[in-house]
Amino acid sequence: MAAQLQFRDVTLGYDRHPAVHHLSGEIAPGALLAVVGPNGAGKSTLFRGIVGILKPLAGSIALGNVSARDVAYLPQSAEIDRSFPISVFDFTGSGLWRSTGAFGGLGRREREKILEALAAVGLNGFESRAIGTLSGGQMQRMLFARVLLQDADVIVLDEPFNAIDARTSADLLALVQRWHTEKRTVLAALHDMDLVRANFPETLLLARTPVAWGPTREVLTSDNLLKARQMCEAFDDGAAACADTKPAQAA
Amino acid sequence: MVDIFTTPFTDEVARRALVAIVVLSFGSAPIGVFLMLRRMSLMGDAMSHAILPGVAVAFLLSGMNRVMMTIGGLVAGLVVAVLSGLMTRVTEMKEDASLAVFYLVSLALGVILVTSRGSSHELVEILFGDVQKIDAGALYFIAFNTTLTLCALAVIYRPLVMECVDPLFLRVAGQAGALAHLVFLAFVVVSLVSAYIALGTLLAVGMMILPAGIAQFWSRDISRIIPVAIVSAVISGYLGLVLSATAGVPAGPSVVLTAGAIYFLSMVIGPAGGLMHRFAPGRHLEA
Repeated sequence: MAAQLQFRDVTLGYDRHPAVHHLSGEIAPGALLAVVGPNGAGKSTLFRGIVGILKPLAGSIALGNVSARDVAYLPQSAEIDRSFPISVFDFTGSGLWRSTGAFGGLGRREREKILEALAAVGLNGFESRAIGTLSGGQMQRMLFARVLLQDADVIVLDEPFNAIDARTSADLLALVQRWHTEKRTVLAALHDMDLVRANFPETLLLARTPVAWGPTREVLTSDNLLKARQMCEAFDDGAAACADTKPAQAA
Repeated sequence: MVDIFTTPFTDEVARRALVAIVVLSFGSAPIGVFLMLRRMSLMGDAMSHAILPGVAVAFLLSGMNRVMMTIGGLVAGLVVAVLSGLMTRVTEMKEDASLAVFYLVSLALGVILVTSRGSSHELVEILFGDVQKIDAGALYFIAFNTTLTLCALAVIYRPLVMECVDPLFLRVAGQAGALAHLVFLAFVVVSLVSAYIALGTLLAVGMMILPAGIAQFWSRDISRIIPVAIVSAVISGYLGLVLSATAGVPAGPSVVLTAGAIYFLSMVIGPAGGLMHRFAPGRHLEA
Protein backbone atom coordinates (compact mmCIF):
# COMPACT_ATOMS: atom_id res chain seq x y z
CA MET A 1 0.00 0.00 0.00
CA ALA A 2 1.32 3.46 -0.86
CA ALA A 3 2.41 5.59 2.07
CA GLN A 4 0.01 8.29 3.28
CA LEU A 5 2.91 10.50 4.26
CA GLN A 6 6.46 10.25 3.07
CA PHE A 7 9.42 12.24 4.40
CA ARG A 8 12.42 12.31 2.09
CA ASP A 9 15.43 13.57 4.02
CA VAL A 10 13.39 16.53 5.28
CA THR A 11 15.03 19.43 7.06
CA LEU A 12 12.68 22.09 8.41
CA GLY A 13 13.71 25.19 10.27
CA TYR A 14 13.88 28.92 10.68
CA ASP A 15 16.55 31.25 9.29
CA ARG A 16 18.50 28.29 7.93
CA HIS A 17 18.77 26.78 11.44
CA PRO A 18 17.27 23.30 11.38
CA ALA A 19 14.50 22.48 13.88
CA VAL A 20 13.87 19.10 12.27
CA HIS A 21 17.06 17.68 10.82
CA HIS A 22 17.28 14.97 8.12
CA LEU A 23 14.05 13.10 8.75
CA SER A 24 13.24 10.23 6.43
CA GLY A 25 10.46 7.69 6.70
CA GLU A 26 6.92 6.76 5.81
CA ILE A 27 3.58 6.77 7.56
CA ALA A 28 1.14 4.15 6.34
CA PRO A 29 -2.54 5.03 5.74
CA GLY A 30 -4.54 4.49 8.92
CA ALA A 31 -1.50 4.76 11.18
CA LEU A 32 -1.85 6.14 14.71
CA LEU A 33 1.48 7.81 15.38
CA ALA A 34 2.66 9.62 18.49
CA VAL A 35 5.38 12.21 18.00
CA VAL A 36 7.28 12.67 21.26
CA GLY A 37 10.36 14.57 22.28
CA PRO A 38 11.44 17.36 24.62
CA ASN A 39 10.34 20.98 24.13
CA GLY A 40 12.12 22.38 21.11
CA ALA A 41 12.51 18.96 19.57
CA GLY A 42 10.77 20.06 16.38
CA LYS A 43 7.37 18.42 16.85
CA SER A 44 5.35 21.52 16.02
CA THR A 45 7.78 22.43 13.26
CA LEU A 46 7.29 19.01 11.68
CA PHE A 47 3.51 19.47 11.76
CA ARG A 48 3.78 22.93 10.25
CA GLY A 49 5.80 21.35 7.47
CA ILE A 50 3.18 18.66 6.89
CA VAL A 51 0.32 21.15 6.50
CA GLY A 52 2.42 23.34 4.24
CA ILE A 53 2.76 26.45 6.41
CA LEU A 54 6.51 25.97 6.52
CA LYS A 55 8.51 25.10 3.43
CA PRO A 56 11.28 22.53 3.95
CA LEU A 57 14.83 23.92 3.91
CA ALA A 58 15.82 20.70 2.19
CA GLY A 59 14.20 17.42 1.21
CA SER A 60 10.48 17.01 0.66
CA ILE A 61 7.26 15.85 2.24
CA ALA A 62 4.82 13.89 0.08
CA LEU A 63 1.21 13.64 1.18
CA GLY A 64 0.16 10.67 -0.94
CA ASN A 65 -3.31 11.07 -2.39
CA VAL A 66 -4.35 14.18 -0.41
CA SER A 67 -3.29 17.83 -0.65
CA ALA A 68 -2.09 19.85 2.33
CA ARG A 69 -5.40 21.66 2.57
CA ASP A 70 -7.21 18.37 3.16
CA VAL A 71 -5.27 17.77 6.35
CA ALA A 72 -7.15 18.56 9.56
CA TYR A 73 -4.63 20.45 11.68
CA LEU A 74 -5.13 21.28 15.34
CA PRO A 75 -2.40 23.72 16.38
CA GLN A 76 -1.63 24.66 19.95
CA SER A 77 -4.68 26.77 20.69
CA ALA A 78 -2.76 29.90 21.69
CA GLU A 79 -3.02 31.10 18.10
CA ILE A 80 -6.78 31.68 18.26
CA ASP A 81 -8.10 35.14 19.11
CA ARG A 82 -10.46 34.14 21.89
CA SER A 83 -11.75 37.67 22.41
CA PHE A 84 -13.28 37.69 18.92
CA PRO A 85 -17.08 37.92 19.17
CA ILE A 86 -18.14 34.71 17.46
CA SER A 87 -20.41 31.95 18.72
CA VAL A 88 -19.33 28.37 19.35
CA PHE A 89 -21.72 27.25 16.62
CA ASP A 90 -20.32 29.58 13.97
CA PHE A 91 -16.72 28.86 14.92
CA THR A 92 -17.21 25.10 14.78
CA GLY A 93 -19.01 25.48 11.47
CA SER A 94 -15.74 26.60 9.90
CA GLY A 95 -14.81 22.91 9.95
CA LEU A 96 -17.14 22.54 6.96
CA TRP A 97 -14.93 24.94 5.01
CA ARG A 98 -13.88 22.31 2.53
CA SER A 99 -17.46 21.58 1.46
CA THR A 100 -19.05 25.02 1.89
CA GLY A 101 -16.06 27.16 0.91
CA ALA A 102 -16.19 30.87 1.45
CA PHE A 103 -19.76 31.37 0.23
CA GLY A 104 -21.65 28.10 0.51
CA GLY A 105 -24.72 28.36 2.69
CA LEU A 106 -25.32 26.27 5.78
CA GLY A 107 -28.46 24.31 5.06
CA ARG A 108 -30.38 22.15 7.51
CA ARG A 109 -28.08 19.18 6.90
CA GLU A 110 -24.98 21.21 7.69
CA ARG A 111 -26.58 22.69 10.79
CA GLU A 112 -27.41 19.21 12.03
CA LYS A 113 -23.85 18.08 11.36
CA ILE A 114 -22.48 20.94 13.45
CA LEU A 115 -24.87 20.14 16.30
CA GLU A 116 -23.90 16.45 16.11
CA ALA A 117 -20.21 17.30 16.25
CA LEU A 118 -20.75 19.54 19.27
CA ALA A 119 -22.77 16.79 20.95
CA ALA A 120 -20.02 14.26 20.21
CA VAL A 121 -17.54 16.33 22.23
CA GLY A 122 -20.04 16.99 25.02
CA LEU A 123 -20.76 20.62 24.23
CA ASN A 124 -24.54 20.41 23.80
CA GLY A 125 -26.15 23.66 24.85
CA PHE A 126 -23.05 25.74 24.20
CA GLU A 127 -23.99 26.66 20.60
CA SER A 128 -24.73 30.34 21.12
CA ARG A 129 -22.05 31.03 23.72
CA ALA A 130 -19.19 33.32 22.66
CA ILE A 131 -15.94 31.40 22.30
CA GLY A 132 -14.29 33.72 24.83
CA THR A 133 -16.53 32.30 27.58
CA LEU A 134 -15.25 28.74 27.20
CA SER A 135 -12.79 27.19 29.65
CA GLY A 136 -9.55 25.68 28.39
CA GLY A 137 -10.99 22.18 28.29
CA GLN A 138 -14.21 23.31 26.59
CA MET A 139 -12.16 25.20 24.02
CA GLN A 140 -10.21 22.06 23.23
CA ARG A 141 -13.47 20.09 22.95
CA MET A 142 -14.76 22.67 20.48
CA LEU A 143 -11.58 22.41 18.41
CA PHE A 144 -12.00 18.64 18.31
CA ALA A 145 -15.58 19.14 17.13
CA ARG A 146 -14.22 21.19 14.27
CA VAL A 147 -11.72 18.44 13.39
CA LEU A 148 -14.69 16.01 13.37
CA LEU A 149 -16.49 18.22 10.86
CA GLN A 150 -13.42 18.48 8.66
CA ASP A 151 -13.81 14.77 7.96
CA ALA A 152 -10.16 14.53 6.90
CA ASP A 153 -8.12 11.47 5.95
CA VAL A 154 -5.07 12.88 7.71
CA ILE A 155 -5.41 14.44 11.16
CA VAL A 156 -2.54 16.27 12.84
CA LEU A 157 -2.92 17.16 16.53
CA ASP A 158 -0.30 19.37 18.16
CA GLU A 159 -0.15 18.67 21.90
CA PRO A 160 -3.93 18.19 22.09
CA PHE A 161 -4.03 17.21 25.77
CA ASN A 162 -1.89 19.98 27.25
CA ALA A 163 -3.42 21.61 30.32
CA ILE A 164 -6.52 19.44 29.94
CA ASP A 165 -8.02 17.53 32.88
CA ALA A 166 -8.17 13.72 32.98
CA ARG A 167 -11.83 13.42 32.06
CA THR A 168 -11.61 15.75 29.07
CA SER A 169 -8.49 14.06 27.74
CA ALA A 170 -10.16 10.66 28.16
CA ASP A 171 -13.17 11.89 26.16
CA LEU A 172 -10.98 13.39 23.45
CA LEU A 173 -8.74 10.33 23.35
CA ALA A 174 -11.85 8.25 22.63
CA LEU A 175 -12.38 10.42 19.55
CA VAL A 176 -8.80 9.83 18.47
CA GLN A 177 -9.39 6.10 18.76
CA ARG A 178 -12.61 6.41 16.80
CA TRP A 179 -10.68 8.13 14.00
CA HIS A 180 -8.16 5.30 14.12
CA THR A 181 -10.87 2.66 13.68
CA GLU A 182 -12.24 4.71 10.79
CA LYS A 183 -8.85 4.16 9.09
CA ARG A 184 -7.85 7.81 9.22
CA THR A 185 -4.16 8.61 9.62
CA VAL A 186 -3.63 10.37 12.95
CA LEU A 187 -0.46 12.09 14.16
CA ALA A 188 -0.29 13.59 17.65
CA ALA A 189 2.49 15.41 19.47
CA LEU A 190 2.40 14.28 23.09
CA HIS A 191 4.33 14.53 26.34
CA ASP A 192 2.55 11.93 28.47
CA MET A 193 4.54 8.71 27.91
CA ASP A 194 2.02 6.53 29.77
CA LEU A 195 -0.75 7.78 27.52
CA VAL A 196 1.40 7.10 24.46
CA ARG A 197 2.29 3.58 25.61
CA ALA A 198 -1.34 2.76 26.32
CA ASN A 199 -2.90 4.17 23.15
CA PHE A 200 -0.46 4.72 20.33
CA PRO A 201 0.89 1.70 18.44
CA GLU A 202 3.59 3.68 16.65
CA THR A 203 5.93 6.41 17.93
CA LEU A 204 8.44 8.82 16.45
CA LEU A 205 10.93 10.08 19.02
CA LEU A 206 12.26 13.40 17.79
CA ALA A 207 15.07 15.51 19.18
CA ARG A 208 15.65 17.75 16.20
CA THR A 209 17.16 14.70 14.51
CA PRO A 210 14.99 11.58 14.68
CA VAL A 211 16.16 9.38 17.59
CA ALA A 212 13.94 6.39 16.95
CA TRP A 213 10.83 5.54 14.95
CA GLY A 214 8.81 2.36 15.13
CA PRO A 215 6.54 0.35 17.42
CA THR A 216 6.01 2.35 20.61
CA ARG A 217 7.43 -0.36 22.90
CA GLU A 218 10.74 -0.40 21.05
CA VAL A 219 11.01 3.38 20.73
CA LEU A 220 10.24 4.50 24.27
CA THR A 221 13.17 2.83 25.99
CA SER A 222 15.05 4.65 28.73
CA ASP A 223 18.18 4.73 26.54
CA ASN A 224 16.34 6.47 23.71
CA LEU A 225 14.61 8.93 26.03
CA LEU A 226 17.93 9.84 27.65
CA LYS A 227 19.48 10.41 24.25
CA ALA A 228 16.57 12.68 23.30
CA ARG A 229 16.92 14.74 26.47
CA GLN A 230 20.61 15.37 25.85
CA MET A 231 20.12 17.21 22.58
CA CYS A 232 20.83 20.91 22.89
CA GLU A 233 17.89 23.26 22.48
CA ALA A 234 19.65 26.46 21.45
CA PHE A 235 20.55 27.31 17.90
CA ASP A 236 24.26 27.85 17.41
CA ASP A 237 24.57 31.19 15.64
CA GLY A 238 28.05 30.30 14.49
CA ALA A 239 27.02 26.98 13.01
CA ALA A 240 28.53 26.17 9.65
CA ALA A 241 26.40 25.03 6.71
CA CYS A 242 25.40 21.41 7.17
CA ALA A 243 27.79 19.28 5.11
CA ASP A 244 25.27 16.48 4.99
CA THR A 245 22.69 18.55 3.13
CA LYS A 246 21.71 17.19 -0.23
CA PRO A 247 20.06 19.55 -2.70
CA ALA A 248 16.29 19.75 -2.22
CA GLN A 249 14.44 17.16 -4.24
CA ALA A 250 11.66 18.13 -6.55
CA ALA A 251 8.31 17.25 -4.97
CA MET B 1 -39.56 71.50 20.09
CA VAL B 2 -40.08 68.79 17.48
CA ASP B 3 -39.25 71.38 14.84
CA ILE B 4 -35.61 71.34 15.85
CA PHE B 5 -35.37 67.83 14.44
CA THR B 6 -37.08 68.55 11.13
CA THR B 7 -36.50 72.21 10.17
CA PRO B 8 -32.77 71.76 9.45
CA PHE B 9 -33.75 69.55 6.55
CA THR B 10 -36.19 71.83 4.75
CA ASP B 11 -33.68 72.93 2.14
CA GLU B 12 -32.22 70.62 -0.45
CA VAL B 13 -28.55 71.00 0.47
CA ALA B 14 -29.23 69.85 4.03
CA ARG B 15 -31.37 66.96 2.86
CA ARG B 16 -28.60 65.84 0.53
CA ALA B 17 -26.13 65.99 3.40
CA LEU B 18 -28.46 63.83 5.50
CA VAL B 19 -28.87 61.23 2.75
CA ALA B 20 -25.10 61.20 2.22
CA ILE B 21 -24.40 60.58 5.91
CA VAL B 22 -27.03 57.83 6.14
CA VAL B 23 -25.73 56.06 3.04
CA LEU B 24 -22.19 56.45 4.30
CA SER B 25 -23.14 54.76 7.56
CA PHE B 26 -24.06 51.52 5.79
CA GLY B 27 -20.58 51.14 4.29
CA SER B 28 -18.34 52.70 6.90
CA ALA B 29 -19.76 51.09 10.03
CA PRO B 30 -19.18 47.42 9.02
CA ILE B 31 -15.67 48.29 7.80
CA GLY B 32 -15.04 49.94 11.15
CA VAL B 33 -16.24 46.85 13.03
CA PHE B 34 -13.66 44.72 11.26
CA LEU B 35 -10.95 47.33 11.75
CA MET B 36 -11.67 47.32 15.46
CA LEU B 37 -11.89 43.54 15.79
CA ARG B 38 -8.57 43.17 13.99
CA ARG B 39 -7.07 45.71 16.39
CA MET B 40 -6.47 47.98 13.43
CA SER B 41 -8.49 50.98 14.63
CA LEU B 42 -5.53 53.31 14.43
CA MET B 43 -4.67 51.82 11.09
CA GLY B 44 -7.83 53.40 9.65
CA ASP B 45 -6.53 56.69 10.94
CA ALA B 46 -3.15 56.05 9.35
CA MET B 47 -4.81 55.14 6.09
CA SER B 48 -6.79 58.36 6.04
CA HIS B 49 -3.50 60.28 6.09
CA ALA B 50 -2.14 58.03 3.40
CA ILE B 51 -4.76 59.18 0.89
CA LEU B 52 -3.63 62.80 1.26
CA PRO B 53 -0.80 62.85 -1.32
CA GLY B 54 -3.16 61.38 -3.93
CA VAL B 55 -5.72 64.08 -3.18
CA ALA B 56 -2.96 66.69 -3.29
CA VAL B 57 -1.59 65.58 -6.65
CA ALA B 58 -5.10 65.69 -8.11
CA PHE B 59 -5.56 69.15 -6.59
CA LEU B 60 -2.33 70.35 -8.23
CA LEU B 61 -3.34 68.93 -11.61
CA SER B 62 -7.00 69.91 -11.74
CA GLY B 63 -7.77 72.28 -8.87
CA MET B 64 -10.71 71.68 -6.50
CA ASN B 65 -12.18 68.96 -8.71
CA ARG B 66 -13.84 66.44 -6.40
CA VAL B 67 -13.91 63.53 -8.80
CA MET B 68 -10.24 63.86 -9.67
CA MET B 69 -9.29 64.31 -6.02
CA THR B 70 -11.27 61.25 -5.04
CA ILE B 71 -9.62 59.15 -7.71
CA GLY B 72 -6.24 60.46 -6.58
CA GLY B 73 -7.01 59.54 -2.98
CA LEU B 74 -8.20 56.11 -4.01
CA VAL B 75 -5.03 55.39 -5.96
CA ALA B 76 -2.73 56.64 -3.19
CA GLY B 77 -4.65 54.74 -0.50
CA LEU B 78 -4.68 51.50 -2.49
CA VAL B 79 -0.97 51.77 -3.22
CA VAL B 80 -0.19 52.25 0.47
CA ALA B 81 -2.62 49.50 1.54
CA VAL B 82 -1.23 46.97 -0.91
CA LEU B 83 2.41 47.88 -0.30
CA SER B 84 2.12 47.72 3.47
CA GLY B 85 0.07 44.52 3.26
CA LEU B 86 2.71 42.93 1.05
CA MET B 87 5.51 44.23 3.27
CA THR B 88 3.89 42.53 6.26
CA ARG B 89 3.51 39.24 4.49
CA VAL B 90 6.93 39.17 2.87
CA THR B 91 9.05 40.56 5.71
CA GLU B 92 8.93 40.16 9.47
CA MET B 93 7.57 43.71 9.85
CA LYS B 94 4.26 43.93 11.71
CA GLU B 95 1.35 45.48 9.84
CA ASP B 96 0.99 48.49 12.14
CA ALA B 97 4.68 49.33 11.90
CA SER B 98 4.90 49.09 8.13
CA LEU B 99 1.71 51.11 7.79
CA ALA B 100 3.04 53.78 10.15
CA VAL B 101 6.09 54.14 7.93
CA PHE B 102 3.99 54.53 4.80
CA TYR B 103 1.47 56.93 6.25
CA LEU B 104 4.05 59.23 7.82
CA VAL B 105 5.82 59.49 4.50
CA SER B 106 2.49 60.04 2.69
CA LEU B 107 1.30 62.69 5.13
CA ALA B 108 4.53 64.65 4.85
CA LEU B 109 4.40 64.39 1.08
CA GLY B 110 0.73 65.42 1.00
CA VAL B 111 1.15 68.52 3.13
CA ILE B 112 4.14 69.67 1.07
CA LEU B 113 2.20 69.14 -2.16
CA VAL B 114 -0.93 71.02 -1.02
CA THR B 115 0.92 73.97 0.52
CA SER B 116 3.14 74.33 -2.53
CA ARG B 117 0.16 75.58 -4.53
CA GLY B 118 -3.04 75.92 -2.53
CA SER B 119 -4.34 78.47 -0.03
CA SER B 120 -4.86 77.67 3.64
CA HIS B 121 -8.62 77.78 3.04
CA GLU B 122 -8.34 74.95 0.53
CA LEU B 123 -6.09 72.95 2.84
CA VAL B 124 -8.74 73.18 5.56
CA GLU B 125 -11.41 72.04 3.13
CA ILE B 126 -9.33 69.04 2.11
CA LEU B 127 -8.55 68.13 5.70
CA PHE B 128 -12.03 68.59 7.15
CA GLY B 129 -14.44 68.27 4.24
CA ASP B 130 -17.71 70.13 3.81
CA VAL B 131 -21.11 68.46 3.83
CA GLN B 132 -22.63 71.57 2.29
CA LYS B 133 -20.60 70.92 -0.85
CA ILE B 134 -22.17 67.54 -1.55
CA ASP B 135 -23.91 67.82 -4.91
CA ALA B 136 -25.89 65.15 -6.74
CA GLY B 137 -22.72 63.79 -8.33
CA ALA B 138 -20.98 63.36 -4.97
CA LEU B 139 -24.08 61.70 -3.58
CA TYR B 140 -24.18 59.15 -6.41
CA PHE B 141 -20.48 58.56 -5.89
CA ILE B 142 -20.99 57.83 -2.18
CA ALA B 143 -23.96 55.56 -2.92
CA PHE B 144 -21.98 53.69 -5.55
CA ASN B 145 -19.05 53.16 -3.19
CA THR B 146 -21.29 51.99 -0.39
CA THR B 147 -23.05 49.49 -2.63
CA LEU B 148 -19.70 48.18 -3.80
CA THR B 149 -18.40 47.96 -0.23
CA LEU B 150 -21.43 46.03 0.98
CA CYS B 151 -21.23 43.58 -1.93
CA ALA B 152 -17.52 43.04 -1.37
CA LEU B 153 -18.03 42.50 2.36
CA ALA B 154 -20.74 39.94 1.65
CA VAL B 155 -18.33 38.06 -0.58
CA ILE B 156 -15.31 38.10 1.74
CA TYR B 157 -17.25 37.96 5.03
CA ARG B 158 -16.52 34.36 5.99
CA PRO B 159 -12.80 34.31 5.14
CA LEU B 160 -12.43 37.72 6.76
CA VAL B 161 -13.99 36.55 10.01
CA MET B 162 -11.85 33.43 10.04
CA GLU B 163 -8.75 35.44 9.20
CA CYS B 164 -9.48 37.50 12.32
CA VAL B 165 -10.30 34.72 14.75
CA ASP B 166 -8.11 31.86 13.57
CA PRO B 167 -5.73 32.92 10.78
CA LEU B 168 -3.73 29.71 10.93
CA PHE B 169 -6.81 27.61 10.10
CA LEU B 170 -7.39 29.58 6.96
CA ARG B 171 -3.76 29.39 5.90
CA VAL B 172 -4.01 25.62 6.00
CA ALA B 173 -7.47 25.43 4.45
CA GLY B 174 -6.58 27.64 1.50
CA GLN B 175 -5.21 30.98 0.43
CA ALA B 176 -8.48 32.86 0.90
CA GLY B 177 -7.21 34.66 4.00
CA ALA B 178 -4.51 36.73 2.35
CA LEU B 179 -6.83 37.64 -0.50
CA ALA B 180 -9.67 38.59 1.86
CA HIS B 181 -7.25 40.76 3.80
CA LEU B 182 -6.12 42.68 0.72
CA VAL B 183 -9.68 43.14 -0.54
CA PHE B 184 -10.65 44.38 2.91
CA LEU B 185 -7.80 46.92 2.94
CA ALA B 186 -8.88 48.13 -0.49
CA PHE B 187 -12.40 48.73 0.78
CA VAL B 188 -11.12 50.53 3.84
CA VAL B 189 -9.71 52.99 1.33
CA VAL B 190 -12.92 53.09 -0.71
CA SER B 191 -14.93 53.89 2.43
CA LEU B 192 -12.42 56.48 3.55
CA VAL B 193 -12.56 58.21 0.20
CA SER B 194 -16.36 58.39 0.27
CA ALA B 195 -16.36 59.58 3.86
CA TYR B 196 -13.72 62.16 3.14
CA ILE B 197 -16.04 64.06 0.79
CA ALA B 198 -18.36 64.69 3.70
CA LEU B 199 -16.05 64.73 6.68
CA GLY B 200 -12.59 65.48 5.27
CA THR B 201 -9.53 63.29 5.43
CA LEU B 202 -8.99 63.81 9.16
CA LEU B 203 -12.47 62.88 10.40
CA ALA B 204 -13.42 60.29 7.80
CA VAL B 205 -12.38 57.52 10.16
CA GLY B 206 -14.92 58.79 12.68
CA MET B 207 -17.80 57.19 10.76
CA MET B 208 -15.97 53.86 10.95
CA ILE B 209 -14.43 53.54 14.37
CA LEU B 210 -16.94 55.29 16.63
CA PRO B 211 -20.01 53.27 15.55
CA ALA B 212 -17.93 50.09 15.84
CA GLY B 213 -16.87 51.07 19.34
CA ILE B 214 -20.47 51.80 20.30
CA ALA B 215 -21.66 48.44 18.99
CA GLN B 216 -19.06 46.50 20.98
CA PHE B 217 -20.77 47.63 24.17
CA TRP B 218 -24.09 46.19 22.99
CA SER B 219 -23.30 42.66 21.79
CA ARG B 220 -20.69 39.92 21.82
CA ASP B 221 -21.69 38.34 18.52
CA ILE B 222 -20.37 39.80 15.30
CA SER B 223 -23.62 39.10 13.44
CA ARG B 224 -25.34 41.53 15.83
CA ILE B 225 -22.46 43.98 16.26
CA ILE B 226 -22.54 44.99 12.61
CA PRO B 227 -26.23 46.03 12.46
CA VAL B 228 -25.90 47.85 15.77
CA ALA B 229 -22.91 49.74 14.39
CA ILE B 230 -24.86 50.76 11.29
CA VAL B 231 -27.84 51.97 13.33
CA SER B 232 -25.65 53.98 15.67
CA ALA B 233 -23.82 55.53 12.72
CA VAL B 234 -27.15 56.61 11.22
CA ILE B 235 -28.34 58.06 14.53
CA SER B 236 -25.06 59.92 15.10
CA GLY B 237 -25.18 61.27 11.56
CA TYR B 238 -28.74 62.53 11.92
CA LEU B 239 -28.32 64.06 15.39
CA GLY B 240 -24.96 65.49 14.37
CA LEU B 241 -26.50 67.33 11.42
CA VAL B 242 -29.30 68.62 13.68
CA LEU B 243 -26.68 69.86 16.14
CA SER B 244 -24.73 71.45 13.32
CA ALA B 245 -27.76 73.33 11.99
CA THR B 246 -29.09 74.35 15.39
CA ALA B 247 -25.81 75.50 16.91
CA GLY B 248 -24.29 76.71 13.65
CA VAL B 249 -21.14 74.60 13.96
CA PRO B 250 -19.38 72.63 11.18
CA ALA B 251 -21.18 69.41 10.29
CA GLY B 252 -18.27 66.92 10.22
CA PRO B 253 -17.04 67.58 13.74
CA SER B 254 -20.57 67.68 15.17
CA VAL B 255 -21.36 64.26 13.65
CA VAL B 256 -18.20 62.82 15.18
CA LEU B 257 -18.87 64.57 18.48
CA THR B 258 -22.41 63.14 18.60
CA ALA B 259 -21.05 59.66 17.93
CA GLY B 260 -18.54 60.27 20.73
CA ALA B 261 -21.37 61.16 23.11
CA ILE B 262 -23.26 57.98 22.19
CA TYR B 263 -20.03 56.04 22.69
CA PHE B 264 -19.61 57.29 26.25
CA LEU B 265 -23.29 56.66 26.98
CA SER B 266 -22.88 53.07 25.68
CA MET B 267 -19.76 52.67 27.74
CA VAL B 268 -21.85 53.37 30.83
CA ILE B 269 -25.06 51.46 30.08
CA GLY B 270 -24.01 48.91 27.41
CA PRO B 271 -24.83 45.31 28.40
CA ALA B 272 -21.62 43.85 26.88
CA GLY B 273 -18.87 45.03 29.18
CA GLY B 274 -20.35 48.45 30.01
CA LEU B 275 -19.46 50.11 33.30
CA MET B 276 -22.86 49.59 34.95
CA HIS B 277 -22.75 45.88 34.25
CA ARG B 278 -19.22 45.67 35.51
CA PHE B 279 -19.67 47.56 38.77
CA ALA B 280 -23.31 46.86 39.54
CA PRO B 281 -23.91 43.45 37.95
CA GLY B 282 -26.74 42.47 40.33
CA ARG B 283 -26.62 39.36 42.51
CA HIS B 284 -24.76 36.41 41.11
CA LEU B 285 -26.73 33.56 39.61
CA GLU B 286 -27.14 30.03 40.89
CA ALA B 287 -25.35 28.35 37.99
